[in-house]
Amino acid sequence: MAVAGVLLKRSVSVVPVLAVVALIAFLLLRFSSGDPVAQLAGDNADPAAIVAIRARLGLDQPLPMQFLHWLWRLLQGDLGTSIVSNQPVSTLIAQRIGPTLSVSITTIVFSVLVGVPIGVFAAWRRGGWLDRFAMWTSVTGFAVPTFAIGYFWIYLLSMQLGLFPVQGYAPLSAGLGVFLWHLALPTLTLSLVYVALIARVARTSLLEVLNEDFVRTARAKGLPERIVVFKHALRNAAVPIVSIVGIGVALLIGGVVVTESVFNLPGLGRLTIDSVLARDYPVVQGIIMVFGGAYVAINLLVDISYSFFDPRISAQ
Amino acid sequence: MFSDFSRRSLLKAGAAGLAVGMMPRIARAQSSKVIRAVMHAPLRATDPLINTAWTGRNHGLNIYDTLFSTDSKFQVRPQMVEAYEVSADKLTYTFRLRSGLKFHDGAPVTSADVIPSLQRWAKRDTMGSRMMGFVAELKPVDDRTFQMMLKSPYGQVLQTLAKPSSIMPFIMPARLAAQAPDQPVTEFVGSGPFRFIASEFRPGSRAVYERNPDYVSRDEPSDGLAGGKIVKIDRYEWISMPDFQTAANALINKEIDFLEAAPHDILPSLIAAKDVTVADYNPLGFMSVVRMNWLTEPFNKQEIRQAVMYASDQADWLDAQVGNPEYYQASAAMFGVTTPLASEVGWNTKPDIARAKDLLKKGGYKGEKVVMLQGTDSPLLSGSSTVTAQKLRAIGMNVEVQTMDWGSVLARRVKQDSTANGGWSMTHWVTTTTELMNPLASTVLDTRGKNGGFFGWPEDVEIESLRNKFALEPEAAAQKTVAEAIQKRAYDVMTHIPGGQFRQPVSHSKALKNIVHAPAPLFWNVEKTA
Repeated sequence: MAVAGVLLKRSVSVVPVLAVVALIAFLLLRFSSGDPVAQLAGDNADPAAIVAIRARLGLDQPLPMQFLHWLWRLLQGDLGTSIVSNQPVSTLIAQRIGPTLSVSITTIVFSVLVGVPIGVFAAWRRGGWLDRFAMWTSVTGFAVPTFAIGYFWIYLLSMQLGLFPVQGYAPLSAGLGVFLWHLALPTLTLSLVYVALIARVARTSLLEVLNEDFVRTARAKGLPERIVVFKHALRNAAVPIVSIVGIGVALLIGGVVVTESVFNLPGLGRLTIDSVLARDYPVVQGIIMVFGGAYVAINLLVDISYSFFDPRISAQ
Repeated sequence: MFSDFSRRSLLKAGAAGLAVGMMPRIARAQSSKVIRAVMHAPLRATDPLINTAWTGRNHGLNIYDTLFSTDSKFQVRPQMVEAYEVSADKLTYTFRLRSGLKFHDGAPVTSADVIPSLQRWAKRDTMGSRMMGFVAELKPVDDRTFQMMLKSPYGQVLQTLAKPSSIMPFIMPARLAAQAPDQPVTEFVGSGPFRFIASEFRPGSRAVYERNPDYVSRDEPSDGLAGGKIVKIDRYEWISMPDFQTAANALINKEIDFLEAAPHDILPSLIAAKDVTVADYNPLGFMSVVRMNWLTEPFNKQEIRQAVMYASDQADWLDAQVGNPEYYQASAAMFGVTTPLASEVGWNTKPDIARAKDLLKKGGYKGEKVVMLQGTDSPLLSGSSTVTAQKLRAIGMNVEVQTMDWGSVLARRVKQDSTANGGWSMTHWVTTTTELMNPLASTVLDTRGKNGGFFGWPEDVEIESLRNKFALEPEAAAQKTVAEAIQKRAYDVMTHIPGGQFRQPVSHSKALKNIVHAPAPLFWNVEKTA
């Protein structure tokens, strides 16, 4: 009941956020240079043809009218039709969301499975070789550009060792093995920075908790260090880790453009770039709305998950 | 023994469990008669009449057919047409379609489909609209025969119907050809050698074609865009890869079979790869063009436009764009270096700085700002702009380079305003030689000015008059004389500056044989060996 209440309250509160997102999505391209009609009309179009195409697309209407028209259709669940490909925006997004979600999920799962243990061990053995190695690795992870990491893995694991494909995406329906085989290099590439991020946050958070009174009490009771760290301290250190994982998922969904290009994953990032370059207003607006909705939903889930780790948060 | 047990083999063995279970599936896809091709750009707009993008043209060549085509020697040859007759007064052309031609939906191709297809196309294409200006009537005679009645003799009817590049006169079913010309068709039914698999189309990512088993090929060898179109593969997948380095790696790794346009600096690694062939199948290649805006200062003055030419050096542009002289050729030929109308009249492609400065003075140049639009998407676009800016500054011109993506260039270059109000002064772009080889098709020689002309909007009655003369001239030798006069006049008034010609080799797997030499990538006649 409490969760349902929080959900309802938060859902209502995101309406103005999404409204602002809708307005920004609409205005962003309108105020940038470029004109989809000029691109559609072609090199030899005369002014009359340009006027006709502008009218057909409704781009001759005043901006407020265009916005209201788009908003009305959006409220009915219609994201519009691509100016360039003439396909429904929802279809284009549905076709492209699979690769982006897949690589985001595999990256975040891999990053959590590797990053949290590294952070925990680094905090547990603070100042030791593992701590220093983990922190050196995390600094490297932040410093090296994603495309450079991607090309390194391609050179080593694909071109030299022939273990993985250079590029491409296979949907889950092609088989779990093929699916993971194609995602291995993009996941390794993207994970480096997230492993670094999660490891650092986990270490810092755990160090803070390990200095608290209840940990000293647990140790004084004679509990084994393993139980103290993993059962008592880690759960209390989880909230910042969950936050960073949530932010990580949100960032990944909208931020894997470079990786999608390097590994030729036909995902939302590339659709976004292509649509911006072609000034395909409806597609860009639709994608921004989807990204905005995803950010809001993920933040909501993260907020709700806090209560699982720290019951005091839900009480507040 | 232990020396054989390297870390590399250990890594390979470690991954074997994962890889073995998955690889056969990939291997099957590669071994069947499927060609996976990475083209210069992905397919987005599927109506080949909507714009002049080569992607639309290439898509159209797969699924549609044309009445006539040009062969490798630029001769017009019948394609869908079985026979044709021209009346003695040259006012009536009678065309008869080959028997057995069928659209992909099973319907026969008839005169009733051809006529609206030509009418819709002519509203989108300059060469087509010029021809239609001479056409009094297009009328069906029977299902396979139709006539074109002219108001006066026109020497370019067959050349126009065989137009080899964008926008091509593809034949569609009448119901699709009835669509408004500026409204894209949403059904993909042609009568060409491939069928478009709409269910697998991912705009900007992947387009799939399968062999059309009902296609009736001409019983002739393939020759350029003409001749037989026998498809020897089952399927052709047009894949998008925004990163050409990734595409090159994929070709070396045998994940794809064909890479249309690897940047010239990547070619050495592909030439060195043992299973890759790098070859040039486009006999004409590409040309770059410098266009100045006749409507804005300072290039509204002829002397100042000429000053730019005399400040320029084609070799410098080509070095910046292509780099390797093996792939380029400096030439003044506005209609291409090796085409029937090739001529070097007008310019020696070398700079004459003293003359350039003198012309600036004669033109009364007072430091007006030159706004240069620089597309940054490709070195072919951006490199030459940087060179030009430097050359113009060297003769004392005030140049502002505005860098932007190609989409923004396209939007800006249609603006006829002054530079202070968002207009522009000059820009560079690249096109296929095929599109410039005929004075009627060449958009840069369209000198109708700001009302109906091509961007840059040169206006010159004499060139228009010469183009009309060319259109009416049926004899090749006389056509060449007129074309040379057009070129000379174009250099005098400076419609544009040719930036030289270059080749763009294709890279493909050695398993592909018998690729057709043509001005566009073609996948009929190609065989894929095991």
